[in-house]
Amino acid sequence: MENQEKMNEEKLKSLEAIFEAKIANDEKIEPKDWMPEKYRKTHIRQISQHAHSEIVGMLPEGNWITRAPSLRRKVALLAKVQDEAGHGLYLYSACETLGISREELYEQLHSGKAKYSSIFNYPTLTWADMGAIGWLVDGAAIINQVPLCNTSFGPYARAMVRVCKEESFHQRQGYEIMMKLCNGTPEQKEMAQDALNRWWWPSLMMFGPTDDESTHTEQSMKWKLKRKTNDELRQQFIDQTVPQANILGLTVPDPDLKYNNDTGHYDFGEIDWNEFWQVVKGHGPCNKERISARQNAWNKGEWVRDAAVAYADKQAAKKELKEAI
Amino acid sequence: MTNKNLIQYIYGIADNSLILGQRLGELCGHGPSLETDIALTNISLDLFGQVRSYFQYLAEISKDEVTEDDLAFLRKEREYKNVLLVEQPNTDFAYIITRQYFFDVFHFMLLKKLEETKNVNLQAIATKSLKEVAYHKRFSGDWLKRLGDGTDISKEKAQQAVNDLWVFTDELFHLTEDDKAVVEAGHGVDVSLLKEAYYKEVTSLLDEATLQTPETKYFQKGGKNGIHSEHMGYLLAEMQYMQRAYPDMKW
Repeated sequence: MENQEKMNEEKLKSLEAIFEAKIANDEKIEPKDWMPEKYRKTHIRQISQHAHSEIVGMLPEGNWITRAPSLRRKVALLAKVQDEAGHGLYLYSACETLGISREELYEQLHSGKAKYSSIFNYPTLTWADMGAIGWLVDGAAIINQVPLCNTSFGPYARAMVRVCKEESFHQRQGYEIMMKLCNGTPEQKEMAQDALNRWWWPSLMMFGPTDDESTHTEQSMKWKLKRKTNDELRQQFIDQTVPQANILGLTVPDPDLKYNNDTGHYDFGEIDWNEFWQVVKGHGPCNKERISARQNAWNKGEWVRDAAVAYADKQAAKKELKEAI
Repeated sequence: MTNKNLIQYIYGIADNSLILGQRLGELCGHGPSLETDIALTNISLDLFGQVRSYFQYLAEISKDEVTEDDLAFLRKEREYKNVLLVEQPNTDFAYIITRQYFFDVFHFMLLKKLEETKNVNLQAIATKSLKEVAYHKRFSGDWLKRLGDGTDISKEKAQQAVNDLWVFTDELFHLTEDDKAVVEAGHGVDVSLLKEAYYKEVTSLLDEATLQTPETKYFQKGGKNGIHSEHMGYLLAEMQYMQRAYPDMKW
């Protein structure tokens, strides 16, 4: 008995050593490889959170499909929202390789146990919001996601390569919507400015709490789930986006925003962390609507999914019978 | 055949894709599963792609300076020439699939024949669209079989949708005065000739789906002449909102 325990312990140590070596050598961890339980859990949490964000993220933009102002914009928006569904699909699949089912993941989303990006709890009120979301929200998402193309878990890294390509297309599309508005009538430009005013701060919040408040950073850095800290990524986003706003002729709604010659970065004002936590904790302007839209789609779709399963079973039984004869 | 005849004829085809595409667009993000959500959005995208081809052609042959967007968004309700079937609401997944299947079978037959007309522009659009519509028909037909021969609940819902939407199928085979002139000139399809094959195909799939083919002799019509159901006004109010609220702007 004692020997057995000792052997198990040694085996575990050697598995851990192999795992650590792979991480250190930048090799991928694949679903069949041994991994520490914490690694598995952290990845399920992060990948599913990401998948949920894609699916919930379809709603604010889906809100404008029926009202898109031209056929060209309507087609582009449909395609974009469809891409997001596709991202959700491969992220859920990547997550399933870690030994959890899509149903369980949905259950976590619907019960409020799993989180998704808070940005999608803000309402889309005008057409310009389609531009602002593409430009700012997808822009911020890319900054968060590009480093994940090299993350240690193979299925996630591979999914992210494709996701990032499509996101960068979405961002250009969003910026182009803004450009058109800013070169349009005064009313259109005003619509664009209003959208920037409403989406700027929530976009900065997409990078999460400041580094000293962030709980997962250190471990995530080690597993290459993160390569830069929240504050570094946020700064990168601001430095990249402010000149783009200038080209549009729009004003970033931050009176403290100023280029700092010494650091080579923009200094910016204080983020309203009360608002951040309010939305994260479920009390943003659209948290309830978003979750109930997802619950509704899922609950109302139950009979459809049941029918598909029943039909497949019947077909399989028929085939079996035919082969037996 | 006058230019007006041809324009009205093309509206009759393009508006079906426009209005059905709009209906499907309402569903994006709300499907019963991610896979069906993606598929229905895809069908919507295909239909809007077709609409753009038709309307770009219409804008070319139109005497007035118009764009595809003027045609899509700035007509009055009576000027839309889609059949009543495609404007029916997304009551539930069974209605969505049945509406789609009833339209897809017709759409596929129409495009096949449109390829054989004298009008090279319509031929080209038909050829491009056929591949897409072949997929639409397979998707909706497969789902109708799943729903019909799935569970008791799905069968009941599918049968209800079939019964309720059946009354809109006959209109697919009507010809307006404009249609007749265009058919006469060899630029359009005599849809009345598709009727027999259509009902044969649909009935055969309904049989396979273990669903009853309705026996009603009474059908609804009007859309092809611009007389729509009460649903249409709301659909257009939403679709035209931006163009009406912000006239003459570019997006």
